Amino acid sequence: MTLKALLAGLFSGLLASMGLGGGSVLVLYLVLFNNYPQLKAGGTNLLFFIPIALISVIIYTVKKQIRYNDIILIISGGVLGCIAGISLSPYFGNGIIKKAFGLFICILGIKEIINTVKLYLKKEQDSDIIFKE
Amino acid sequence: MKTDKIKGHLIDFGLGAVTGFINGIFGSGGGMVAVPLLTKKGMEQKQAHRNAVAVLLPVSAISAFLYVYKDIVSPLDALEYLPGGITGAVAGTLIISKISPKLLKGIFGGFMVYAGVRLLLR
Repeated sequence: MTLKALLAGLFSGLLASMGLGGGSVLVLYLVLFNNYPQLKAGGTNLLFFIPIALISVIIYTVKKQIRYNDIILIISGGVLGCIAGISLSPYFGNGIIKKAFGLFICILGIKEIINTVKLYLKKEQDSDIIFKE
Repeated sequence: MKTDKIKGHLIDFGLGAVTGFINGIFGSGGGMVAVPLLTKKGMEQKQAHRNAVAVLLPVSAISAFLYVYKDIVSPLDALEYLPGGITGAVAGTLIISKISPKLLKGIFGGFMVYAGVRLLLR
């Protein structure tokens, strides 16, 4: 295990446990710095996410912060969607999925920056709100 | 109204399917759909983040199984990233109530644009 792997894991875990799209950190690291094909990077990230998410969900469940009744249908849809997506992935191939992923995170990144700037521009909301929420 | 309730159920299931599709094909990114969906259902931001992880756990587990089954990855491929990952996850669950995901998302947004452009140019 290298220091780079440790740091890539650390940042991914930190963001993933907060539902902040930490997964994309590891996918990007693997594709951009380790030259993984896109699908292998995605699959590795899914494997990585399971124990991380399990720990987070156990902690949140103990604290009674998960509303299972509200999410059960979303999970059911999600299971169907992931089977469809993975079944279709060979037809797109690594190249197209990589570009689509690049575009996807670009758009989301721009959205996040705009949201954050908007938040700071709201003068009446002082830094207290930003840090406490 | 009963029809409203059915409509709500269909939206949940449909957007859940979109979450699973994106998360399955990209191997990440499901949270980007699940979090806004959960906030629309009336959860506050952090609650939505926590519940999104609970949505993505079973979905990702099935996705990962399919990736292993299709021989794209082997089960231990992520092992070297786990020591850092688990440390980060525990730290994340502890600090989530003390800091704003919004602030983090802004910082992370810059990183995403940079990385996204690099992927597109590759």
